[in-house]
Amino acid sequence: MSANVELQNVWVKFGPFVAARDINVNIEGGEFFSFLGPSGCGKTTLLRCVSGFLEPSEGAVRIGGQDMAGIGPNKRPTALIFQNLALFPLMTVWENITFALEVRGASKAERRKRADELLELIALPGQGDKMCSELSGGQRQRVAIARALCAEPKVLLLDEPLSALDLKLRQHMRSELRAIQQQVGITFIYITHDQGEALTMSDHVAVMSEGVIEQVGDGNTLYNDPATAFAASFVGENNPFEGRVESLDGDYAVIDTGSGRLRARLSAGAEPLRAGDKSIVFVRPEALKIVDGDAGRWDNTIEGRVMKEEFEGSLWHVTLSGHDGAPIRMSVINERQSLGHSAGDSLSVGFRADMAVALPHGPMAAE
Amino acid sequence: MNGIRAFFNKNGLVLSLFLLGAVSIWILLMIILPQVFMLDFSFRYNLPPADIGGPKDVYTVENYRYMIFGSVNNPDAFNVVDVTVFFRTIAAAVFVTLFDLALCYPIAYYLAHEARGGFGRLMVLSLIVPFWVNEILRAFAFRILFGSTGVINNFLLWSGLSDQPIDFIREDIAMYAGLGYAYILLMVFPLYNAVESLDRNQIEAARDMGASWWRIHWRVIIPYAKPGITSGCTMVFMLSAGALAAPQILGGPSSLWFTQIIYQWFNTGGNWPRGSAYAVILLGACIVFVLLMMKLFKVRLGEIAR
Amino acid sequence: MMQNGVSRLAWGAFLLIFFAYLFGPLILMSISAFNSSSYPQVSPWECFTFEWFEVLAADEKLMAGLQKSLLIGLGVVCMSVPIGLAAALILTQVHQRLRPLYYTIIVSPILIPGVVLGISTLIFWDRLGTMFDADYDSFFYDGTFLTIIGQTTFISAYTMLVFIARLQRFDPVQEEAALDLGASHVQTFTKVLLPFMKPAIGSAAVLAFLASFENYNTTVFTIVSESTLTTVLASKVRYGINPSISALAVIIVVLTLIGATVHEIRKRRQMRAAAAEGLDPAVVNRAARATRFASPTALMIVAITIAGLATVWMSRDYSIMECKAQVAEDKRQQAEQRRKALQAERQQQRQTEGAASSGSSQSGGRSGGQSGSQSGSDGAYQNIFAPSNLEGTADGDEADSADSPAGDSGAEGYQDIFAPTNLQSQSGAEEAAEDGEQQPYGNIFDPANLGGGGDD
Repeated sequence: MSANVELQNVWVKFGPFVAARDINVNIEGGEFFSFLGPSGCGKTTLLRCVSGFLEPSEGAVRIGGQDMAGIGPNKRPTALIFQNLALFPLMTVWENITFALEVRGASKAERRKRADELLELIALPGQGDKMCSELSGGQRQRVAIARALCAEPKVLLLDEPLSALDLKLRQHMRSELRAIQQQVGITFIYITHDQGEALTMSDHVAVMSEGVIEQVGDGNTLYNDPATAFAASFVGENNPFEGRVESLDGDYAVIDTGSGRLRARLSAGAEPLRAGDKSIVFVRPEALKIVDGDAGRWDNTIEGRVMKEEFEGSLWHVTLSGHDGAPIRMSVINERQSLGHSAGDSLSVGFRADMAVALPHGPMAAE
Repeated sequence: MNGIRAFFNKNGLVLSLFLLGAVSIWILLMIILPQVFMLDFSFRYNLPPADIGGPKDVYTVENYRYMIFGSVNNPDAFNVVDVTVFFRTIAAAVFVTLFDLALCYPIAYYLAHEARGGFGRLMVLSLIVPFWVNEILRAFAFRILFGSTGVINNFLLWSGLSDQPIDFIREDIAMYAGLGYAYILLMVFPLYNAVESLDRNQIEAARDMGASWWRIHWRVIIPYAKPGITSGCTMVFMLSAGALAAPQILGGPSSLWFTQIIYQWFNTGGNWPRGSAYAVILLGACIVFVLLMMKLFKVRLGEIAR
Repeated sequence: MMQNGVSRLAWGAFLLIFFAYLFGPLILMSISAFNSSSYPQVSPWECFTFEWFEVLAADEKLMAGLQKSLLIGLGVVCMSVPIGLAAALILTQVHQRLRPLYYTIIVSPILIPGVVLGISTLIFWDRLGTMFDADYDSFFYDGTFLTIIGQTTFISAYTMLVFIARLQRFDPVQEEAALDLGASHVQTFTKVLLPFMKPAIGSAAVLAFLASFENYNTTVFTIVSESTLTTVLASKVRYGINPSISALAVIIVVLTLIGATVHEIRKRRQMRAAAAEGLDPAVVNRAARATRFASPTALMIVAITIAGLATVWMSRDYSIMECKAQVAEDKRQQAEQRRKALQAERQQQRQTEGAASSGSSQSGGRSGGQSGSQSGSDGAYQNIFAPSNLEGTADGDEADSADSPAGDSGAEGYQDIFAPTNLQSQSGAEEAAEDGEQQPYGNIFDPANLGGGGDD
């Protein structure tokens, strides 16, 4: 059983400091939703508002259509998985898992039975009698999930649960979490600063920066159709070219930048641009191609000097320096040959207009 | 107030009531109000129960005046006995404090830096054991030790160092030894905690640079251990100045302790208001001392309590 | 190297003196419990006996005081543990700016002299009693109630410190987790916080009980007309010393040693368990090495037990009555000898008196004789009036304040009573004489028999 979550005009202020600014988000029941952003962007604050540990200064939080104002965390149909897991150190694994049943007065037999079921779900059968300190990081992670699920929440909240794990485990857990969510069918609200996680696991992602939601969308939209400069620079790698709008042309615009006049697509979700506005053209590394004498067939070409080439297995990463020395990153699929460029070589790169996005000028994600 | 509402939200109704209730009862009913009442009482006349609340029940500074100047029939300019006793108590407490400091600093240092693991723990244990024995019994032990047929006198007579038993009690030596003994633990542990946290490398570095052991202590260790020293000295001073059992048991006729005078006002003297006034004066002296220590050595109150 | 050796020697000497200072009094006091002489002493040693333990057991006042101490201790634990816990929890939640003030208030009872706490408690409830026009039987004036309150005032600060130390290792997010899973606030408290605090609650309770049990300064004011073990002890020590007090001390010391050993063994076991959990081989080794030192303590206890058994075994052939009779006989002979010596000297004096008084040698001899007899008689006085030679001291165990002469600047104890100068005027000595106790040297107290040094 799952519920939808609505945040309506939510403001969270701590004295003069605004942690969350006019948040409006609609999360559908049963979906895997992520809040993505750097530390301090306010995603944890929103999570605590949904779970009940924080009351918004203004606005409303609705779960399943019901306004949650004044309802404490122990009365909300939510369960939270904390960043440090917060497993109870003095209780065994099965006692931890069935804590929610214990406080409701369930009998020991019932609890043991439910514990065994959940242990099967998280692939830790028979480990119920151990103490949590005896388990590995990944196993403790799963116990935390089982504990939360035992409370039969309509919404499961996860606070950067994978940040403490190593790379391989993290990747494994990503698919596990997604699988569990689809199996159990409840709403997952997930917060993270790792956009790879957010994109692979979620149905929708809300990108946040400094208390504001920059954009909400699915992975595809966020990546290919970012609505703000921050979203464009935070999600994946992106090359920014700053300039001014010279002319508009239906779905496209021509931006006069330091690297020349560039023609790029306008984003569907962004603020509308007018001629003369400051703007940034974003081009993904994989959209840049080496111009090999056929400059004519490219909508846009840029001159640069090779700084370095890095081989990363499936891709070659080439870093060029543009007209103002700013680095331009380019990714070329490995086709079994070295590109043969040395540092200092001049290189022309080109890209299609529909592979570039022109966005209103705004703050970008920190490197 | 917003803070109160947040508190009740965080802790739930039952728990909040318990927490606030218990702490309020403690702070108000046991800590603050009794001292206030005692202060108030010290400014009153010593009236029989019938007169209390009546017209004679007014405020007066008579009790304090008495302590300094004595009764109206006092031939001397000042209440010589009480005033002398007060200052002697303070001086004696200071002496005991310094004595304990000198005695316990080497011990604390040894425990912290020289003693090896197992032996150190044994030492700590052996420091604690004497203090689980009641303070009265400890004073009693000293009484036996220093009595005219006590072990020390017997030893002196037997070894020929003296041909008569020395009245240690009359000479107050018994009491100083007893008081010093009583608070060793309270001096050792703050010192130990302070000295122990000092990085041994600093001592090594100083030694490398050729500093004598005396200088190492004076310039390196002692300044670092200041909070511990202040804490220990404060506790020992307050406990010595406020000691009652040891002076009663070990005190000779010439070493009356201020607390004994207070006790008498409540017992045989039958003048509770006056006793309260004296108690307030004792409390005042202690507060002054603590503030002095804090000012002198620049430590905050939080570092003094164990 | 030479300096190292010297410094080692100096350290060793200092430590030796220090520990002699630390343990000497206790050891001697314990030994004196077994000496049959009626004043606690180690030498002269009369007879080995356990009788003082029996005297101790038969002492009703002491036993009543003990019961009261236990009751009060229990009361204090029941009050100070919850209060300390509440105070510690509030400290973790109080507003940042209020925290120093709060902490100062909380910690102040430790710094206030115990007598002041006792007095202020007494006065506060007394005044409240008059305000509410309460009966003298009511709790406002009840010694037990007042003592529990007075002691709780500062003992709660101790328990609070224990709880604060434990709380610092508590992860408060656990409480949020419990709430989030549906627990009520009370459930969170009982199921998450209290189990974590359990060890601290245990040590706080023990600490509170011990602190209450041994308290004197505050209790002596708040106990009013009743008495606890410490107040009974104090009055006994001041007015009627006999080795039964040493016997009590022995019991307490033994209990303390046992307690300390048990505590130490428990701590070692905890350390070992914790080390094993951490699976750190270095720590486990160190813990194992440390536990080897449990043996000296264990060894000591074994040694004491063996000594105890040995004495019991050896005492089969040993009759206390015989020993005492022998001792009494020895004393009588000594006194007899001294008296004869005194008489001989006095005769000698009378002879030399008749001679020329201006002879320097004679006067020298006279003054020498005088001083000799002076010191001799003084010496005789010292032994005669030393409390050790009195059979059955006045049991003055009434702690009534009326005993100490009003207005007297506090001369207490026997010391002054038996100083030769005070002999004629003090009532205490006459009381002791009139008590009609068995005096083997009865006629020595007879003023007629007092040979004076040079007062002819």
